[in-house]
Amino acid sequence: MSAVIESHDHEHHHGPAKGITRWLYTTNHKDIGTLYLWFSFTMFLIGGAMAMVIRAELFQPGMQIVEPEFYNQMLTLHGLIMVFGAVMPAFVGLANWLVPMMVGAPDMALPRMNNLSFWILPIAFTVLLSSLFMEGGAPNFGWTFYAPLSTTYAPPSVTFFIFSVHIMGASSIMGSINVIVTIMNMRAPGMTLMKMPLFVWSWLITAYLLIAVMPVLAGAVTMMLMDIHFGTSFFNAAGGGDPVLFQHIFWFFGHPEVYIMILPAFGITSHIIETFSRKQLFGHTSMVWAMTSIAILSFVVWAHHMFTVGMPLAAELFFMWATMLIAVPTGVKVFNWVATMFKGSISYETPMLFSIAFVVLFTIGGFSGLMLAITPADFQYHDTYFVVAHFHYVLVPGSIFAIMAAVYFWIPKWTGNMYDERLGKLHFWLSFIGVNVTFFPQHWIGLAGMPRRVPDYALQFADWNMVSTVGAFLFGASQILFLFIVIKTVMGGKKATPEVWEGARGLEWTVESPPPYHTFTTPPKVSQ
Amino acid sequence: MFKKATTSFNCKVSSLLITLFSSQTFAAWDDVNMTEGVTAISKGVFELHMLIFWICVVIGVIVFGVMFYSMFAYTKKKNPNPSTFHENTKVELAWTIVPFLILVFMAIPASNTLTTIYDDSEGDINIQVVGYQWKWQYKYLEDEIDFFSNLTTDLDEIYNKTPKGEHYLEEVDEVVVIPTGKKIRFLITANDVIHSWWMPDFAIKQDAIPGFINTAWTIVDKPGTYRGKCTELCGKNHAFMPIVVKVVPQDEYDAWVRNKKEEAFKMAELTEKNWTAEELTQRGEGVYQKNCVACHRVNGQGLTGIFPALAGSDIVLNNKAKHIEILMEGVQGAAMQSFSNQLSEVDMASVITYTRQAWGNAQDGDGQIVVPKDIVEYKEPKA
Repeated sequence: MSAVIESHDHEHHHGPAKGITRWLYTTNHKDIGTLYLWFSFTMFLIGGAMAMVIRAELFQPGMQIVEPEFYNQMLTLHGLIMVFGAVMPAFVGLANWLVPMMVGAPDMALPRMNNLSFWILPIAFTVLLSSLFMEGGAPNFGWTFYAPLSTTYAPPSVTFFIFSVHIMGASSIMGSINVIVTIMNMRAPGMTLMKMPLFVWSWLITAYLLIAVMPVLAGAVTMMLMDIHFGTSFFNAAGGGDPVLFQHIFWFFGHPEVYIMILPAFGITSHIIETFSRKQLFGHTSMVWAMTSIAILSFVVWAHHMFTVGMPLAAELFFMWATMLIAVPTGVKVFNWVATMFKGSISYETPMLFSIAFVVLFTIGGFSGLMLAITPADFQYHDTYFVVAHFHYVLVPGSIFAIMAAVYFWIPKWTGNMYDERLGKLHFWLSFIGVNVTFFPQHWIGLAGMPRRVPDYALQFADWNMVSTVGAFLFGASQILFLFIVIKTVMGGKKATPEVWEGARGLEWTVESPPPYHTFTTPPKVSQ
Repeated sequence: MFKKATTSFNCKVSSLLITLFSSQTFAAWDDVNMTEGVTAISKGVFELHMLIFWICVVIGVIVFGVMFYSMFAYTKKKNPNPSTFHENTKVELAWTIVPFLILVFMAIPASNTLTTIYDDSEGDINIQVVGYQWKWQYKYLEDEIDFFSNLTTDLDEIYNKTPKGEHYLEEVDEVVVIPTGKKIRFLITANDVIHSWWMPDFAIKQDAIPGFINTAWTIVDKPGTYRGKCTELCGKNHAFMPIVVKVVPQDEYDAWVRNKKEEAFKMAELTEKNWTAEELTQRGEGVYQKNCVACHRVNGQGLTGIFPALAGSDIVLNNKAKHIEILMEGVQGAAMQSFSNQLSEVDMASVITYTRQAWGNAQDGDGQIVVPKDIVEYKEPKA
């Protein structure tokens, strides 16, 4: 009985609270989505600034602007911030905005936990960034923090790093539980699992991956904490421990983690390509199976990051074959996207440009991934700039382009205003050129023998490093334009229709732009 | 006239292209591709690399070809009414099975090459390689030759005060010498953190991990000097610990071994000699530059919070016994490693003496010097 009265009470509070408390106390999925996205963008700029320091130092051979200690801190924080601060929160932000609207739910299933999982993130990153000002400097052992460099030989700030990783992990786990519960329990009547939009599918799989591997990461950093402060020797060979164990644990987390950063991008790209091709996505079902296979395979390929640690032959062979196998479902996805465009009726608005670039450049990253899977060749590629080029191709024009495509695609829905198409295209072309000029030459200098994570290099790598730095600054600068475009769209612009894009499919396009603060308080009916 | 203009334009373009491709800057294929190397294994690896590369190129051309064709042929303007097909079991099966077969085709040579690489039987010459922050130690197990290999590139070159030499960051004081045509086995490990021993021309990259011994082997027929690097982030001077291997004919190798053994004998004589404070300080400065400056800095100030200052340190000033102990044993749980295996008795004594004399320490402290005999005594088992 009291439940009825309460729900009656809620009818009087349609809109958001005023002022800062709206954002602090909010349990609204749209507000929390916005918070995640702005947080992610802030981290993207901070991590990007660090990348600029790295590229500036590498502009010429010799040490110019920073010392090697500080350089190592920059590359460590750049990696950690981009992975845990920029890419992952951006996808969580998109999930918050879109998953309830796509499945016809009024909000996320666990709104208070949603608030908590966001607000502990700024704490985690404040702790992490504050280590820059500590005695001995910030973590300097790379984002992969291999022991014993990260334990016995680490600066004192490593303890703060460990706590910040724990907080990020807690945030991710809470976010994933929320996504899974929402998808499993709150779909509109008639929306069977196989009818679910692909972005929702991609997030469902991602959320399971997160729940499976974040505790593993937490375990790894806890063992480090024990080694550093409580006299254990998990990773200390002198005490009977095993430094390679660390790498096995780390990559058992790390490989699914890299798919966590790409699966939602697959979902986004599927929506955008079908919309702007004006043709139903080719192979919806096979897309679901491909993502599921990729996710399952991601648990049995981790040691391809460790081909040079001296594993037995049988292990090297197994991990090589398993890794090569991933090319099959990934190929299926790319073929499906191309088949969607084939005989479509294609127009090239900014989200489509980013998505096409995603397909092409992500595939190039996939090719170099396939090359890296060939163990004997990996002995030459491993820990060189070839690897840097590979994972930046799948992460920058991969994940980041997909996130940008998503922002351009859905921002008219979120704000009710169309973005400036001309500026959007300009942003795309600057980013596209910048990204390729930055990362393509890195394949070459890697093959020619430049190791990664070095502040200085031999003279034969000088020319392409210079080119790469020029590209990096172009890419960096063009993101300021992105910031400007987003702010401009939030402030105003041509009004968007509910459908926004001609022939757009999905429940989110059936509500007004911008959507009311609470959508689908009565669930829609999904037929077809 | 118009024709003339075109010709001259063509001339310019072609001469530009020629300068682009022939000039030192962007020319050499070696600067953008993997080295073929000089061993049977490295050539096999190179072939695998090129094979998988061309497979990717062909797949890329087909897939992107269809994609770009669709992008031009099926625009909204040219094809206002899109098709409605959205699945095709036959096509989908084909593009699942065909890639799988290509992968099998690729996996066979890759597995074969890998099996050849994985042979850890004994070599004709066995060399233990030990990674240290930030140098390599080489121990020839049969001939009992043992030395450290340090970067020789001058700090002034690194900090852009003098022009950079030809082998900038790829030059060392002691190169690894091996004979042609013999099977050399490397036993690779590390003393502190994880390093990785990479010699691109032999296609060897093995992590050097404390507590583990990884093996790698090679047979090189072509004499020459080959250069490689550490490829696992190992702290701040990771970029500054190169590897240089010199491959020489057998007789030249034998001569080198004899020479090395004589050097070791002379070193033993030096230990017996009576040293003055000046001699030790002078020698010690060189040892300090090679082994200590990375952390403790030229001025002995270290780095607050991680690397303690030596200038004005109480141990350096007044506690000779503790000072020796720290260098011999290292400091548990800190970056300071044991130098007892890295430095000879003479070098150990001189570097300790140097730090006790330099930066005004001689005036501020007890001014005691350490002679090689002190180190020999320290090493003798305590009765």
